[in-house]
Amino acid sequence: MVGKAVTARAEVLARLRAALVDAPTPVDVPRHYRRVAESVDLVELFVDRLVDYRAVVHHGFDALPRLLAGVDRLAVPDDIPGHWLTGFAGQVRRDTPPLSPADLDGMDAVLTGCAVAVADTGTIVLDAGQAQGRRVLTLVPDRHICVVRTGQIVGLVPEAVARLDPRAPQTWISGPSATSDIELDRVEGVHGPRRLEVVLIPDDDVIAPGR
Amino acid sequence: MRHPATPAGVPSTGGGRIRAPLPFPTAARSAVADDQLRANLHRATRTIRGKRVRAVDEVPDWAALRDAGAAIKADVQRRLPELLERFEAAATAAGARVHWARDAAEACRIVVELTRAAGADEVVKVKSMATQEIELNEALAAAGIAAHETDLAELIVQLGDDTPSHILVPAIHYNRTQIRDIFRRRMADAPADLGAEPRELAEAARLHLRRRFLEAKVAVSGANFAVADTGTLVVVESEGNGRMCLTLPQTLISVVGVEKLVPSFADLEVFLQLLPRSSTGERMNPYTSMWTGVTPGDGPQDVHVVLVDNGRSAVLADPVGRSALSCIRCSACLNVCPVYGRAGGHAYGSVYPGPIGAILSPQLTGVADNASLPFASTLCGACADVCPVKIDIPEILVHLRQQAPHPVAERTAMRTLSWIMRSPRRWALALRVARRAAGPLGAWRHRRTGTRTLRRLPWPASAWTRSRDAPLPAPQTFREWWEKQ
Ligand code: SF4
Repeated sequence: MVGKAVTARAEVLARLRAALVDAPTPVDVPRHYRRVAESVDLVELFVDRLVDYRAVVHHGFDALPRLLAGVDRLAVPDDIPGHWLTGFAGQVRRDTPPLSPADLDGMDAVLTGCAVAVADTGTIVLDAGQAQGRRVLTLVPDRHICVVRTGQIVGLVPEAVARLDPRAPQTWISGPSATSDIELDRVEGVHGPRRLEVVLIPDDDVIAPGR
Repeated sequence: MRHPATPAGVPSTGGGRIRAPLPFPTAARSAVADDQLRANLHRATRTIRGKRVRAVDEVPDWAALRDAGAAIKADVQRRLPELLERFEAAATAAGARVHWARDAAEACRIVVELTRAAGADEVVKVKSMATQEIELNEALAAAGIAAHETDLAELIVQLGDDTPSHILVPAIHYNRTQIRDIFRRRMADAPADLGAEPRELAEAARLHLRRRFLEAKVAVSGANFAVADTGTLVVVESEGNGRMCLTLPQTLISVVGVEKLVPSFADLEVFLQLLPRSSTGERMNPYTSMWTGVTPGDGPQDVHVVLVDNGRSAVLADPVGRSALSCIRCSACLNVCPVYGRAGGHAYGSVYPGPIGAILSPQLTGVADNASLPFASTLCGACADVCPVKIDIPEILVHLRQQAPHPVAERTAMRTLSWIMRSPRRWALALRVARRAAGPLGAWRHRRTGTRTLRRLPWPASAWTRSRDAPLPAPQTFREWWEKQ
């Protein structure tokens, strides 16, 4: 073909414009779905949903030292609140300098906070914000202990989306890693952490970065 | 390389693994006769149907979510060129590089070049329909690059030298002992005494892939959604293999069909509810990852997005058929389809099987190239009932049947059927009439032959029965049966 070379970009866009010659009428998106949960006990619902997908739930700060007692090497994000580690006698590995995947593979557990949690679906969302660190931290270790303040729990997915910044890398976690690939039976534990433990703490616990 | 001989700017059909090499009835014959396959499919689809119903029933605003999902996708189709440009600008500003591909071959070439530029001779892959569609693994292999599938089901299929037979669970046609046998035979590090418990099989896959994840330089993914306003990509998964691929390697290449866009980040609130409940029947899948370009110090620092047409512009050009582009690949329509349940996925000859495949593949390739697929359906309507984005699959099937080259008698019959189907009242009435007329005849045939089919219909429909038996209308419709369950 003679003439100027058409870039793939120009070509694809031109094809799509040509495909729309019938000028479809504008669409009004009806949004009659629930944007906010009706009054329910969010904590109770969240716990129920977590347990249903085989996450282990602990209540209150006192649970942390007990949980950590069995851990030798613990990975944590740099800005973990210092008092979360009170009484922890094992090795703390902070993410500075950045832990390599191989380092992380040798950890017994990782301890983080979260950005927001969804009661309706039993989901915790991490967005690399405070007390969460890089995505890889919560991926390679086989056990993830996640501290959730009750005030971080919202009812529905739309409430969580509204609280999140799209530019931050996000990981939505609902129960431990699982597969349904064999006869559609759900089996927990493939590549992500095989144990997910959630520690619920009251909202008045101030997250103060401490080293 | 030459591109399809169409003048610039004309919607164009695509290539790759979307063409059925054999007519559907021929391809389905061996599957229908395979009792093991039928039993595996039956068990799996029954399980998932039950889970989906429970997950959907607990959502009081499900109908409103479907309405919103369907409307958002219709809006995207209407504004696709503009939204793609917006996506490109946002992703680029966030540090990603956006590439465009007219067809499968061009998309493959881009991925090969990017992989070479990253200095890698192997890639880890997240399960993705788009890369299956463009036959990326084959193209990588031809370029000397090994592609490692990391999704358990994709791994099973890859080790078994097979092709996927289901959108969500590509190895749905295997049961646990068959999977164990494949692992024992083809997975070098699988324990010799590997058992058939799903837990053991998953553990074997974990160990097999772990080192690969930790050392991989390049990952290739698809995307479930791409947000136009922000340039964000979303991958929905279960096992964590997706997170491994999206987080650990330095280079990430995502192959994304142009129809995957949603306008705004807030629109995800609809699809993150519709998709998991419709596909795996879960309130939420274990892991959803979202990333926007490059995050310094966190995850891949060399991020690419390949936007692929490969026939989608041709689908968009058909005002009736374009809503097939709304599909979010949940696979609910496969799991309820009586034809899929008997024939399995391979009979469709395309990476897109089942009802969605019957309407999407022929539109991607042009109906003439996939003429039998629009007939791979009983038009029972179960697919449309479950579709989370309300694609009227039977309507599109009938529409495509009219474009298929086939005898006049058939076309006439289909035209009538289409007219009847356009009105639910006419359709219900026609079914009732047909059933009443066929009732005694069907009972007689059933007593004599054990089937409710006729060998020969009177002219002009005899053209149809020359090559197949005509089913008599079922005593009750799927909808009636369903409502009674
Ligand atoms: S057509 Fe609808 S039901 Fe079928 S896979 Fe696509 S979204 Fe799901």
